[in-house]
Amino acid sequence: MSIFLNADSKIIVQGMTGGMGSKHTALMLEAGSNIVGGVNARKAGTTAEIGGKELPVFGSVKEAMEATGANVSVAFVPPAFAKDAAIEAIDAEIPLLVVITEGIPVKDTAEFYNYSKGKKTRIIGPNCPGIITPEESLAGITPHTIAGKGPIGLVSKSGTLTYQMMYELRDFGFTTAIGIGGDPVIGTTHIDALEAFEADPDTKAIVMIGEIGGDAEERAAAYIKENVTKPVVGYVAGFTAPEGKTMGHAGAIVSGSSGTAAAKKEALEAAGVKVGKTPSETAELMREIMKGLEQA
Amino acid sequence: MDLFEYQARDMFEKHGVPVLAGKTATTAAEAKAAAEEIGAKSGGVTVVKAQVKTGGRGKAGGVKVAKSADEAEQLAGEILGMDIKGHTVGTVMIAQGAKIAEEYYFSILLDRANRSYLAMSSKEGGMDIEQLAVERPEALAKIEIDPNVGIDDAKAREIATASGFDDDTAAKVVPVLQKLWEVYRDEDATLVEVNPLVKTEDGEIIALDGKVTLDENADFRHEDHEALEDKSATDPLEAKAKEKNLNYVKLDGQVGIIGNGAGLVMSTLDVVAYAGEQYGVKPANFLDIGGGANAQVMADGLDVILNDEQVKSVFVNVFGGITACDEVANGIKGALEILGDEATKPLVVRLDGNNVLEGRRILDELNHPLVTQVDTMDGAAAKAAELAANK
Repeated sequence: MSIFLNADSKIIVQGMTGGMGSKHTALMLEAGSNIVGGVNARKAGTTAEIGGKELPVFGSVKEAMEATGANVSVAFVPPAFAKDAAIEAIDAEIPLLVVITEGIPVKDTAEFYNYSKGKKTRIIGPNCPGIITPEESLAGITPHTIAGKGPIGLVSKSGTLTYQMMYELRDFGFTTAIGIGGDPVIGTTHIDALEAFEADPDTKAIVMIGEIGGDAEERAAAYIKENVTKPVVGYVAGFTAPEGKTMGHAGAIVSGSSGTAAAKKEALEAAGVKVGKTPSETAELMREIMKGLEQA
Repeated sequence: MDLFEYQARDMFEKHGVPVLAGKTATTAAEAKAAAEEIGAKSGGVTVVKAQVKTGGRGKAGGVKVAKSADEAEQLAGEILGMDIKGHTVGTVMIAQGAKIAEEYYFSILLDRANRSYLAMSSKEGGMDIEQLAVERPEALAKIEIDPNVGIDDAKAREIATASGFDDDTAAKVVPVLQKLWEVYRDEDATLVEVNPLVKTEDGEIIALDGKVTLDENADFRHEDHEALEDKSATDPLEAKAKEKNLNYVKLDGQVGIIGNGAGLVMSTLDVVAYAGEQYGVKPANFLDIGGGANAQVMADGLDVILNDEQVKSVFVNVFGGITACDEVANGIKGALEILGDEATKPLVVRLDGNNVLEGRRILDELNHPLVTQVDTMDGAAAKAAELAANK
């Protein structure tokens, strides 16, 4: 089992014929993803040869879904066009939309996220590495070679920290690893992923990676306390970050005492989550938990 | 990006929000000339206001009323150069005087938790709003704004009612709130705050002070926003990095950091800080080279970091995802060639992920005296801290 994505997922790529899109479509195919086509209104009706596969290009997400039965779209469109691409996917009622694009104005994301409310599309991202269910499917840019299938569920704001943590725990492997993105407004949250991992019988333990800024980790901590029975290990990046400076992600800014790594760690620990100070220490905490589970 | 008050004022005016006349000055003489012009509209009375991006200007003595142009000159002379919470006053705004009857508060901001916008409004403006929110939360109305609807007439009325305005005042406030929403929406702001929003003795509603934060991701559709940037406040190394499109933040330390991905770089700062404790060394900067780490990007990054005199060693920490490690290794190789003799500080490199073996092989083959490879993030951080301490 897994969450949100599995071997049966049929994936289309919005922006497949662009530089990023074609490069990562090839990598997704290599990871075993069932890519069934791409979307580009200007190239509708043509095909694109990517990764040794002849992929049809459709004029819209709706057409692509009708022709292929696609249920996942991965969007690699530039920031200025991301909102329109997302709204097109939402209108087509695709069940899962993964927005990889970095640098989308927050107004555009706020608009398409709110537009999706009450509709059928789950959004992951934007500004994220996407989602991988190892050995089954990849909808995003996570390297599929880092780790295989296993009992750990991973949810992270940061892309490269997702990779680092998967690498640290590659001897166990993952049910699903999901990068939710570091922007101030995102579709799928830590809480959504925690809820899904809690419900997934194959996920035995969960790693949650956060970073400074906002209060998403604090809210996740409150959720864990009430709703999650599986062991959770946490890591928060940015303990030594100075106040008032933006560190890369628009979300990663500390103002005053709220949003600091220390405050997040405290909230998580109060919810029974073991929190590591570094990725390797976090992996070590998970290792101990897995040992305990194996003995039980 | 946060704007100065005068920039917010100009932006408000552009969108039809009622504001008072105001003009900036960087010298006392300029302030006098501005006060002569502006004061003509308000019986010679002006307000001299320090332009700094921090709150509490009034308490710090950075906002003073002048009854004449000569007094404005004298006050500007006192305020210019003043230090307000670590911000040196380089500019003052000479604003028209106003006869204030009542002070209100209004803001629109991005509400991350609800993934929408929030309007906050109070009849009790002028004071520290965070204090009001704590002490008398009932006096601060909070209304959620649907990003796809915004503050239309109905929403503006809802806000005015929730704030407890009488009918007459509400009728005057409602159109101003809608104009402020236009500023928020049309300028891609993440914060528009007016404190105070005042009613004058003549019954006019005026935005007397404004705070605006703009979303830099939206710069591509606002050509005029670049000019609003305060270049004087930017650290010279940060300015150089920005020119090269590098995501760099200068910190106070000795170990230069280059990595890919904001989360990993932040994590690298933490690991270096812990490793450096025993030596008394700290990370010198945040630098995220992002996805495409070719030789030029790596050279640009190294160039910025090596120009930081505090830096004694550099830690390059890359987990190859989109970025392949062989590209990074070639980037380091190319950067060292480009920099030549200017590269004088030791580099500790940790590569993992996509094409790691090829990346490590390239650096092994290069066999450069300044480059040390370490396989783990913790080990590399320890090595970089040690090298910085021994320099």
